[in-house]
Amino acid sequence: MDNMDHSILNLIQREFPIDTRPYRVIAEKLGIEEEEVIQRVRKMKENLHIRKLGGTFNSNKLGYKSTLCTLAIEENRIEEVAKIVNSYPGVTHNYIRNGEYNMWFTLIAESQEALEATIKEIEEKTEIHEIHTLQAKKVFKINVDFPLKAN
Amino acid sequence: MDNLDKKIIRWIQSDIPIEKEPYKTIATNLGIEEQELLDRIEEMQKQGIIRRIGAILNHRSVGFHGNGMVAWRVEDSKTEEIGKIMGAQREISHCYERNCFPEWPYNMYTMVHAETTEDCEGIIKRIAEEIGITDYVVLFSTRELKKTSFKYFEE
Repeated sequence: MDNMDHSILNLIQREFPIDTRPYRVIAEKLGIEEEEVIQRVRKMKENLHIRKLGGTFNSNKLGYKSTLCTLAIEENRIEEVAKIVNSYPGVTHNYIRNGEYNMWFTLIAESQEALEATIKEIEEKTEIHEIHTLQAKKVFKINVDFPLKAN
Repeated sequence: MDNLDKKIIRWIQSDIPIEKEPYKTIATNLGIEEQELLDRIEEMQKQGIIRRIGAILNHRSVGFHGNGMVAWRVEDSKTEEIGKIMGAQREISHCYERNCFPEWPYNMYTMVHAETTEDCEGIIKRIAEEIGITDYVVLFSTRELKKTSFKYFEE
């Protein structure tokens, strides 16, 4: 990746134009050809620098409920428990972190009832009855923006 | 939001095709005019249903290797004030006030990103001093077990 790639990423991670010719809008801002922007974005997608180019949504406004969950689990059960937890499409992120509560996952469901039912089901399947839900009371910031150096 | 909006969400929640006229392709697939698609996307964005259309980067692959989750213990009367300060930090991508439980009294959560773990720790220390909070834990991820985008309105 060079400086031009960084400049493109800085623009499109913030906002991909909602326009009939989005790449032309970007190209005009950067003073390069539309086709070059397309080629560069394609390459960064193939190289997995771009994980996704698409929409992100406010799940609450779509009627969904989400939460962060945590549990304390022995090292030798991680694989087995992760397999069960990760099998739910509503589990979008799952990490092992340092500390007593070492498994942290996020869960999203179509209602509060469905959310709670899923957690109960995971508890039954894993036989871990202390999955703690840390539901958000207030969102102060969501901004997945990684400023990249571009000279 | 009507059924067409839901169909649109199903199309734009995954990767938008990387080509000259991506919205035209999506509109054709939906059997609507491109302009209607653009208008509806803009309307949903205005309503806050769509946070944004954009690129989500693989932050490790673009050079951010120090990514820490910090759980802070903040007095209830101070969460508003501190949430605003945290939200204004460039290195913080997410900041939430959350429910806690007796064994775990931490009620505010931030994600902090930096090029290295050391940088990340330095930033956290600076923020802690700025907000005057000493009771906090830094949780670095040691393993990524799953990372995906949720698919809304899937049948």
